[in-house]
Amino acid sequence: MEGFERDETFLHRAFGPEIFRAEGGRSKDVIPGEFTYHRPASVAEAVAILASHGDEARPLSGGHSLIPMMKLRMAAPEHLVDLGGIADLKGIDEDGGTITIRAMTTQHELIASDLLAGKLPIIRETSLLIADPQIRYVGTLGGNVANGDPGNDMPALMQCLNATYVLTGPDGERDVAARDFYEAAYFTALAPEEILTAVKIPVPPAGHGFAYEKLKRKVGDYATAAAAVVLTKSGGTVATCSIALTNVADTPLFAADASDIVAGSTLDDDTIKLAVAAAEAITEPASDGRGPAEYRTKMAGIMVRRALARASERANG
Amino acid sequence: MNDMTPTREQREAALEGMGCKRKRVEDIRFTQGKGQYVDDLKLPGMVFGDFVRSPYAHAKITKIDATEALKIPGVIAVLTAEDLKGVNLAWMPTLAGDVQMVLADGKVLYQNQEVAFVVAENRYIADDAIQVVEVEYEELPVLTDPFKSMDPDAPVLRPDLEGKTEGAHGPRKHHNHIFTWEVGDKDETAKAFSEADVTIKELISYHRTHPSPLETCQCVASMDKVTGELSVWGTFQAPHVIRTVASLLSTIPEHKIHVIAPDIGGGFGNKVGAYPGYICAIVATIVTGVPVKWVEDRMENLSTTSFARDYHMTAEIAAKNDGTVTGLKVHVLADHGGFDACADPSKWPAGFFNIVTGSYDFPAAHLAVDGVYTNKAPGGVAYRCSFRVTEAAYCIERAMDILAQKLGMDPADLRMKNFVKPEQFPYQSALGWEYDSGDYHTAMQKAMDTLGYRELRAEQKAKQEAFQRGETREIMGIGISFFTEIVGAGPSKNCDILGVAMFDSAEIRVHPTGSVISRMGTKSQGQGHETTWAQIIATEIGIPAADIMVEEGNTDTAPYGLGTYGSRSTPVAGAAIALAARKIRNKAQMIAAHMLEVSEYDLEWDIDGFQVKGNPQARKSMKEIAWAAYHAPPPGMEPGLEAVSYYDPPNMTYPFGAYFCVMDIDVDTGVAKTRRFYALDDCGTRINPMIIEGQVHGGLTEAFAIAMGQEIRYDEMGNVLGASFMDFFLPTAVETPHWETDYTVTPSPHHPIGAKGVGESPNVGGVPAFSNAVNDAFQFLGSTHIQMPHDAWRIWQAAKDLGAHG
Repeated sequence: MEGFERDETFLHRAFGPEIFRAEGGRSKDVIPGEFTYHRPASVAEAVAILASHGDEARPLSGGHSLIPMMKLRMAAPEHLVDLGGIADLKGIDEDGGTITIRAMTTQHELIASDLLAGKLPIIRETSLLIADPQIRYVGTLGGNVANGDPGNDMPALMQCLNATYVLTGPDGERDVAARDFYEAAYFTALAPEEILTAVKIPVPPAGHGFAYEKLKRKVGDYATAAAAVVLTKSGGTVATCSIALTNVADTPLFAADASDIVAGSTLDDDTIKLAVAAAEAITEPASDGRGPAEYRTKMAGIMVRRALARASERANG
Repeated sequence: MNDMTPTREQREAALEGMGCKRKRVEDIRFTQGKGQYVDDLKLPGMVFGDFVRSPYAHAKITKIDATEALKIPGVIAVLTAEDLKGVNLAWMPTLAGDVQMVLADGKVLYQNQEVAFVVAENRYIADDAIQVVEVEYEELPVLTDPFKSMDPDAPVLRPDLEGKTEGAHGPRKHHNHIFTWEVGDKDETAKAFSEADVTIKELISYHRTHPSPLETCQCVASMDKVTGELSVWGTFQAPHVIRTVASLLSTIPEHKIHVIAPDIGGGFGNKVGAYPGYICAIVATIVTGVPVKWVEDRMENLSTTSFARDYHMTAEIAAKNDGTVTGLKVHVLADHGGFDACADPSKWPAGFFNIVTGSYDFPAAHLAVDGVYTNKAPGGVAYRCSFRVTEAAYCIERAMDILAQKLGMDPADLRMKNFVKPEQFPYQSALGWEYDSGDYHTAMQKAMDTLGYRELRAEQKAKQEAFQRGETREIMGIGISFFTEIVGAGPSKNCDILGVAMFDSAEIRVHPTGSVISRMGTKSQGQGHETTWAQIIATEIGIPAADIMVEEGNTDTAPYGLGTYGSRSTPVAGAAIALAARKIRNKAQMIAAHMLEVSEYDLEWDIDGFQVKGNPQARKSMKEIAWAAYHAPPPGMEPGLEAVSYYDPPNMTYPFGAYFCVMDIDVDTGVAKTRRFYALDDCGTRINPMIIEGQVHGGLTEAFAIAMGQEIRYDEMGNVLGASFMDFFLPTAVETPHWETDYTVTPSPHHPIGAKGVGESPNVGGVPAFSNAVNDAFQFLGSTHIQMPHDAWRIWQAAKDLGAHG
């Protein structure tokens, strides 16, 4: 009746509307196919298993995306490599101006971290808006950013913070900026034999303003639209500003133009209007149960507007 | 008497009878994870069935090839319609007088329709096999819009009905037409409209949604080939009816079929009907000789087993300038999907929708309902409401608001003006019902006073002015709903299911030591019958509720009854319980008279026993009487203390209530926040106030979900969208508003204990309160009616269409 062209829910986001027309005349499933379960004790061992099985293997972190996909038989890895037994993949530490969060750190641990609460409070604010406590006890930062699901909240936040992902493969480690990592829904710079092992975040100056604004239908839902803002102020003027958007395109979006418009301004009404328009302009949301594309674009703009206001209020200087 | 002798109050309290906030006895096992649900059942040698389903909404099936599936080790059988034809079960009758495919017979009519039934040693193998059952489809044009069902060139959905101009409910006027149902006086109504000062007309749609019990539909069927006995454990709201239907379909004698409904995790109408899963599991156990389990998953539940609503109601009201209503005209276009599997009493194709005159004294009314087929899943069940009553309540409550708007009257004042007056009861409605009792004005006034209604209207006006001045982006709505329910189906003169009159039953046996086992024809799915039925018995026969065991759901032991749905348990079975208990008390009185050596007429009942009038020291407690009934009954009297009662109610009961919703809406995002929700219910005599409160909380939460976003959507290809809990709105505690509950008590004059039923009132009354709040908020911007569901984007869209975004 509303003339939706396609529905991109959790179930069909990655696979388009034809998901209900899957091969074999089967339109649903809750039982996974057969697979071999591996639980390596080191990153090197995990990488070796991945390298030996190529596309047939998938690393498993919190499993909140992969396991449902397997139950629906949209993903059917023959080898599941559980990273839960690798002690090196846990922990948060600070070195100079960089905070490193290892991949298997859960969202609950992000929320509980005093270091993050002091230096990167936007991570705590965002984590508290992810799903529900049960999921946050198991869901990990690494899994959240590596899976390439545009509905996830952490990817846009990491783009906003200009984080770097550490990818470990058979040939060692390489760094990829969060802003360069995402290619399309579920397609990223991560190679099949690589594991995202850590996230490195430059610590913003003390007194920075921040806000993550997320509009969602209910607890546990993906964002209709969400915006992350980090800014610094100097003498009543915005010195630096970084804006990123969640779930309004098939990748997270770093809103470079909107960020540039705000930087150097006093956040007057005209600037905010221009920034909102610039942010809206880069969105390409799907029409789905959360609303038609036009609505989701407008909500991205409203989230930017509200996040800017809140971040500005919180900033010193 | 010494100090240890309990006072009358203490004796009364010890019973935990009617009116007591007795804790739910069921919860002792449920809260410890010790409930016994169908999926907990594991029989030796049990195998599993699962469906191959259609990816298409409308297609011919040209080939089904199970060769590859049958090669998989552990696959036992793959059943298709051709196999079912051998036992005459490829099709089954529906409760609405239609027939329905059990497995696709040559074509499919909706997405996810059951095409083949795979039986395997475990669920994993069954699903592996499903992947490789090869089905060839030839797509047909898809029809999802009921307004196009009767277009001349609409695709023929049901070739099996070709040439059938007469349906189960009268003539069919188109190949996709099911029935027309007309009630009321057309000419009188037309006259009222021609003489009216003011009229309104609006298309009010109630979207398609779905009951969402936490436990989906499931069963275990087990055929004993030696004895020829079939046992079926299942999620059945009406186990006795399922047994009768199973016997009629299978030709297995009814006494050789054992239908057992164990603990059920919610029903809400979803578990009334018979589904292909049950039939296929039964056929599979007959074929294989081993027990077969079928458990529906969430997507199957939401996309196939019995949706609710999909009613498109055009309402017209005629009124005088002073607000007095003079006529009501309603036409409904009812979308039934591919088969009419509506779960109503058999003679009622649109349920009790003719309660649509609501709480108002309409001198004339006319109703016509047209049922049509579309390429959507079949059903039309009463999702926590008596049959089509929530649709009717929504229709009239929305229409009354629209009339108030047109007249420039306050919607509360308009309702007050038109309520059926207390002295008019029993009240004969223009559409054929006799309302048993009511006191609407008192309830409405209490609600308005408690809420500070006039002050809220003043606040709303100030906010509207602030909005117009650009000082706020938030607006406020006050939603009113004054509903009248019709429950307790039902009197045998109106109500039957496939010919079985809709009575209900109770059997009570008092043991020699004064404890009790009782069994009923109903089946709790969370209503708390084990708690409340015992309370009725406790009050009636003076034995503590704690000493009374309540058992339901086993068709071998329980007396025959029509089950639990449509808020019928208390009005029907509750009456049977009271009457069976009174038979026991009558016999007890004779035994007590014998024991006390007085005439039974010299005795009076006193809480938990009989005493001699004027000499309360001379008394016998029920416990003593029970022992005597087995030990030394009066000469000539049969021993024992046991009674059965079958109750055919003389009328329905008519619970009512006044619900108010105060809502604040963010015009820029469309997000609506419920500030207050006040629910006053009058369900007559209150058996357990705590359980009533729980029922109201649950029903209001469902009403909130339905009004604010819970929807089964289809695209133009007939793909069902959002059939998972990621998209189907099931609110958590975080989204759910705080509920304020209140009550008045107007007992039913014809019910033995004056009770009316309450489980469904909050769903019936809640939906219009929420929708009216949203609509009320936007009235000052020129809006007349905004369709449900009111999820954020649709509210935003409405605001945008009204120019509220600048």
